[in-house]
Amino acid sequence: MRLPARPRVLALAVFALAAAAPAAAADATHGQELYESRCGGCHSLDANRVGPAHRGVYGRKAGSAPNFNYSTAVKSSTVVWEEKTLDAWLTNPQALIPGQRMNFRVALPADRADIIAYLRQQSGK
Amino acid sequence: MTQLIDLRRRGLLRGSGITVLSASAVALLAGCEKMASAQASNGASAANDVGILNTALALENEAISAYQLGAQSGLLQKPVLEVAVLFQTHHKEHRDALIATIRKLGGTPVPAKSDAEVAQALNAASLKTQTDVLRLAQRLEKGAANAYIGVIPSFGDRNLAQVSARLAADEAMHWTVLTQALKDPLPAKALSFGA
Repeated sequence: MRLPARPRVLALAVFALAAAAPAAAADATHGQELYESRCGGCHSLDANRVGPAHRGVYGRKAGSAPNFNYSTAVKSSTVVWEEKTLDAWLTNPQALIPGQRMNFRVALPADRADIIAYLRQQSGK
Repeated sequence: MTQLIDLRRRGLLRGSGITVLSASAVALLAGCEKMASAQASNGASAANDVGILNTALALENEAISAYQLGAQSGLLQKPVLEVAVLFQTHHKEHRDALIATIRKLGGTPVPAKSDAEVAQALNAASLKTQTDVLRLAQRLEKGAANAYIGVIPSFGDRNLAQVSARLAADEAMHWTVLTQALKDPLPAKALSFGA
């Protein structure tokens, strides 16, 4: 179906506005809630548990938290943890670093963004 | 209480490499023989599944130690202490099932950390009241339930994904009981786990 000229312009304008609108800002406060409920089974900010301590993780090379026994895959990885790599990691860890041991996935992009915002905040970045 | 103070026996079993399967562990693994042979034909997938199970085993070992620390703290009164003992027993059964499955898939189970190491990591020295212990257990149980839910998409074998869901259900049950003991409100909305 072909739209008349004016509605077509309106539809294009709405589409352009939607495309130009920035994604909702990541919410570190919500990220903390998510971190505690979703990541807290294995991780703490300041102690190595099932997984490594997370304070300072943002900007850190993968496999470099002191005194944590990493998989060979993570230890030998060249990944540095920042927005893009953390998002890929939380989406599918095995796809980013085959042979890793976490395997925990966060399905929703907004949740991943909020968790990353919290980790960044706790890393002082 | 007997189950909570069998540290020497637990250490002995750990050291000897013997795994005594509980009835529930056997039930959990029932039908997994086909799974094991199927997995063997897909090495990468099996190795990844073993990795997930070993992470789960580390989580269960931490839970067993956490309940041990709680029981030995002298802060838990009856009937809370009895419930903690029961939940620790559940985690031991999870541990046994995971160890058996890891071995069935050709993997090597990760060793448990000492209770002292876990105490330090969980800052057990800060626990001063029964409520403190219950809050820690509640937090760990929710985290465990969510961890089991969060790894489900990563399993190569759907039977193992189902096992993960069953383990998550146990942890969610523990969380619910602890939440009631703390007189916390139940979640107002549905789908509160894994979210």
